[in-house]
Order: sequence, then structure tokens, then C-alpha cells
Amino acid sequence: MNTSTSQQNSLIHVARVIAAKDLRIELRSRVVINQVFPFAGLVMVMFAFALDNDSVLSRVAGGLVWLSTLFSLIIIVQRSFAIDVADGSLEAQRVAGLDSAGIFVGKAIAVMVQLVVLEILLFLAAVVLYRVSLNGDGVVLLVTCVVFATAGLAFVGTLYGGLTAGARGRETLLPLLLLPVVAPVLIGATRATESAFTSGGAAVSEGWPWVGVLAVFAAVFGLGGILSFGSLIEE
Amino acid sequence: MSMVVDFRDAVVVFNGFPALAGATLQVSQGEIVLLQGPNGAGKTTLLRACAGLLPVERGGARVLGVDLCVDRQSVRARVGLLGHANGLFADLSIRENISFWARLVGATSAEVDATMQRMGIDGRLAQQKVSLLSAGQKRRCALACLVVRRAELWLLDEPHAGLDAAGRDEIDAIIREASSSGATVLIASHELERAKGLATRSVSVVAGQVRA
Repeated sequence: MNTSTSQQNSLIHVARVIAAKDLRIELRSRVVINQVFPFAGLVMVMFAFALDNDSVLSRVAGGLVWLSTLFSLIIIVQRSFAIDVADGSLEAQRVAGLDSAGIFVGKAIAVMVQLVVLEILLFLAAVVLYRVSLNGDGVVLLVTCVVFATAGLAFVGTLYGGLTAGARGRETLLPLLLLPVVAPVLIGATRATESAFTSGGAAVSEGWPWVGVLAVFAAVFGLGGILSFGSLIEE
Repeated sequence: MSMVVDFRDAVVVFNGFPALAGATLQVSQGEIVLLQGPNGAGKTTLLRACAGLLPVERGGARVLGVDLCVDRQSVRARVGLLGHANGLFADLSIRENISFWARLVGATSAEVDATMQRMGIDGRLAQQKVSLLSAGQKRRCALACLVVRRAELWLLDEPHAGLDAAGRDEIDAIIREASSSGATVLIASHELERAKGLATRSVSVVAGQVRA
């Protein structure tokens, strides 16, 4: 491969084109906007009905936001790979010799963007439905928590999405494999968010160690995905 | 004319079975070669091996000067494989699908326009979502993606499948045009009458072996 081709096939270049393509497809089809966002909102509302107690709701608001995010992650990742598998496009990308790490990072970035928009809406819903409040320090903690938790979820979701993309029964296989693996993100992000909301008398400073856990998780699965995604889709 | 495909006694094992059992095939640049043979004879395996997707266990295999026994990855960017699926994104327009590949290889917007013009895709059709296209139009779009990717070797597995007569004529014209522009084409097809009229020569693939 000559130098110019190598540059065109670099991780960053491929990632940028793949991410733009996935987001453009979402803007055209509006599946996430019209189906996943309302689904996540409904989960929040149903929890509010089920718990029906303001003090309990404000205490568990963080957990409910992240649980809704996890459920939505499964649908977003399935959709992300469905568009590539439907007409053999993932195979075409593989045949074309695209940098598999670039495909992984690009797809993860597209998932991240969709998750961040969803999380903003869910946190707004939590403020309205569950009456949680934030101070200045809490906002910084919450934003940092969202950044690392979202990165971790997107990386692990894309990795397992790639693993199950060609499998029979992938719709049911993905949640089965994914949910146990993302448990550390659910726990860490929930604890950090509770601290940001100062739910149950928690201090904001108590949330930072959990953000560290989220950062390590994101780094491990980001690096793991970059190294192994090629073998996963090759198989 | 340089040698684009040079397989000598190549053995490809697929699922523990020698799907290619000592295949020998030489193809020069610009040729259109028809691979004919019954189902399961090894035509698709030969195409996938040429694309660097399957490892060659024994024998020699060079594609576009690259030794596939040593490096299967670097040849892929120069080869286009079109199988039963078109590899298109249904929610995007024809232009967006072609532009996706154009951006990946660093082709300009002008090259996208030139490719669409060359493939007979006018402005209105270019804006159509792929999900709304006919089978022939989808195939044309998929071949346009190969053109904009600057694929030097086209590996086409049943390119006429599912197309009406007009669609088949369009595909034939595109393949002839690609060949005259310097691309080399290998076609696996059961449409022998049509494909023989298109090919510069044909070879038989029987039980994993290639016969002239």
C-alpha cells in the first residue's frame, strides 16, 4: 500500500468517516430520535409511577437515569450494527481493508454522541420528574461522570456489537453478554451521580473515586476494542 | 500487460475442507474472465481468496503483485468484491453511499460527480434513497462504489442475479467500460450465455480446480 493510501486508511481518518456515516444514517432514519429517546423517557416515567414517592425517587434518580441509559444502549448498538449487516456493508468495509480500529472508534464515537444527547434529556427528565438538584461542584462531577461513563458504555457496546453482529440470535445475545459486563459502569456512574445530586446526604467529593473507576473501564475497553475489533469482525 | 492474478497450485481450506485443491489461474490486466462451474465447485472461494479474505495454505498466490501467502491485508484496498449483497446503506442516497467510499479513499466531490455521470446516474436519481431503488439501480450504485474506490481488480459473484434484461445490459456495459479503463474483472456466474458474451475468456472451476 502506498503512503497516500496508508494515510487515507489511518485510524483517525476512517473513524471520522465511519462516525459521520453512522450519524448521517440516524439523521435520515430518525430511529433513535423517534423510538429510543421516547422509550428511555417512558422508562423514567414508569419508574416514577412505580415508586411514587418523592424522597425515594430523588434518592434513586441517578440509578434510574443510568438504567434507562443501559437499556437504550442495547437498542442503539443493535441499530448501529444492523445498518452495517443488512446489505453486507460491514463485509464490504472489511473486504476494502479499512483499518478495523478506525471502524471500531468511528462506530463508538457515533454511539457516544447519541448517548450523550439521550443522557442530557434523561437528566433533565430526572430534574423535572424526580425533583433532584445540583450545585456547582455537582455539575462538574456529573459532567465528568457522563463523559467517562458514556465512553465506557460506547466502547464496550461497540465491541460486543461487533462480536454478535454476525451471530444468529444476535438480538437476544447482545443484552445477555453486554449487561453483566457493563455492571461496573452502572455501579460507578450511579454512585458518582448520587454524589453529584448529594442524594441521601452523600458528599460531592465521594463521587470522584467512582469517576476514576469509570475512566479505567473506558480506557480498558477502548484499548481492548482497538486491538481486538479486527479479529472479531474477521471471524 | 502485467499479471494481476497469478495462482499456482493454490490450496484454500475452508471449514476443514479443501475448497480450492491446487488451483492454477493467470489473469492479465484488463481481462474479463468468466469462472463457470457447478455450485460448490469453488468459484466463490477463488474470488474470496483473490480478495485476501481466505488464507492460501499451500502453493503460490499473487494478486496485483502482492504475495497473499505473506500479506493478505494490503491487497484489499485495491480489490473490489461484489457478492450477493450490494454493501449499501439503505437509508442513504446513492450520492451519499458513493461519497462514503470517496471520502475513505480521499476522492474529491468532482470525482464523485464524474463517477455518477460515467455510471449513468443523473442528479435526480443520485438523491434517491437506496431503499427506494430497483435491484438494477442498487447494483449500479454498488459498482459505482467500486469505481470511486479505484478498485483495480473487480471480483463479481453472480453480478446479474435478480436483474431484469435492461438491468443486466446496464451491468454488462459498466463491466466493459471498467475493463477498457484498465480494471481487471473476474466474474462467477451461472448466466453462461450472457457472461460468455461479456468475457474475454472463460475457465471452468470443478472440484476446487481451475481448468482452461
